[in-house]
Amino acid sequence: MFDLKGYGWMLWEGLSITLMVGFCSLLLAMVMGLLGAWGKLSRNKAANLTATTYTTVIRGIPELLLLLIIFYGTPTLIQNTAESMGFDILLDFNPFIAGVLTLGFIYGAFATEVFRGAFLAIPKGQGEAARAMGMSRMLAFRRILMPQMWRFALPGLGNVWMVLIKATALVSVIGLEELMRKSYIAMGAIKLPFTLFFAAAMMYLAITAVSMLGQRYVERWANRGIRRA
Amino acid sequence: MDWQIIVDSIPALLEGMGLTVQLTLISLVAGFFLAIPLGVMRLSSNPIFSAPALGYVFFFRGTPLLVQIFLIYYGSGQFRPFLQEVGLWEFFREAYFCALLTLILNTAAYTTEIFRGGIQAVPHGEVEAARACGMSGFTLYRRIILPKALRLALPAYSNEVVFLFQSTSLVSIITLMDLTGVARVIVARTFDVYEIYITAGLIYLVVTYGILWVFRTVEFKLSGHLRDRAVDPVEALKLHP
Repeated sequence: MFDLKGYGWMLWEGLSITLMVGFCSLLLAMVMGLLGAWGKLSRNKAANLTATTYTTVIRGIPELLLLLIIFYGTPTLIQNTAESMGFDILLDFNPFIAGVLTLGFIYGAFATEVFRGAFLAIPKGQGEAARAMGMSRMLAFRRILMPQMWRFALPGLGNVWMVLIKATALVSVIGLEELMRKSYIAMGAIKLPFTLFFAAAMMYLAITAVSMLGQRYVERWANRGIRRA
Repeated sequence: MDWQIIVDSIPALLEGMGLTVQLTLISLVAGFFLAIPLGVMRLSSNPIFSAPALGYVFFFRGTPLLVQIFLIYYGSGQFRPFLQEVGLWEFFREAYFCALLTLILNTAAYTTEIFRGGIQAVPHGEVEAARACGMSGFTLYRRIILPKALRLALPAYSNEVVFLFQSTSLVSIITLMDLTGVARVIVARTFDVYEIYITAGLIYLVVTYGILWVFRTVEFKLSGHLRDRAVDPVEALKLHP
């Protein structure tokens, strides 16, 4: 169906980098999300304010612009700061690391809301009972709240993953050779833009389809033993 | 921090915002009217109607917007002789047309899914009551289902408006001069990276929360009948004859 004139392997290579960026970013986003949810639910005013500012700012600015700010802005900012202190350094971001950092940072804000909702969905009595049994806050969090939270967080996390994997296409703008960038490079060689981008689209579609199936499977696993109305 | 460059670039950035808003509004209106029939088709029990709508929604929601933009902007070049023959090449040659077409098709798919949710959330009793009153088909949709579904879909729709507004920034990749595009050009010329990008980001931030505020106000106005009446504590204590 797709005659890619021998450039198909480039797309497969791109696909593997897309998936790698996606997985690493999701991992970072989950760490940021847990931190953010802790901040939002914490009674500490400073943590609360930091987490609220984080989610407010990130969700108000387009991903592409944030990517440009982090990729081009951060090295300049560090260099300028170092210069004013009398150091002369040259910083160069690796596009893979910059992409993962940016995407993880952005989708961490969305994961924050997911985790916050999930923690709030756990009946209050659970935490109180754990405290009454003599567990410390940390222990109650680790033994009682955390394991129960995942069940409520899974649907939201699945959404974050599916939006995130599509957003990896933006990383092509900063030169990382993932699926979009590889298709673009191949276009220069074989002059079949529609065929190439359609093939790339089908690959993204396959990721989405597999993710949807996987999500259903994992949710069923996480909800085993829960009775439904 | 160089404040002068920020002040100097604000007029150009706001001009870019003009194009961003224009793209958002046109795609929203066109996407909305495409999505209503698509949403109804999507819920049809006849697969001849529901299957194409399902495929359309799956494709546009399952692939990145950037692929869709490239597919139309660069991809149309592959069919150039044909497009020239039917006289459409004039349009597909323009980045503006391709960007707008992609944004419309993309938001229509997301909006379809939101309307589907809204239509399915209409309480069945209301549909039954309307049927009992003798309404059917088009009248039932026009008078009962769609007004209720649109109101139920409003919170989700406000999210889609914000996402569309933000994703218009991708058109800068195919050379359009929207807010992001203008910012990129200024940065390429002056190298004042974070001053310009952060200013542009703040403009996006203000408009985003402006949009959300408008929707919250509209939602509040539309849900008046669902709220308790505001009680004046002094009035409440008076005995009413």
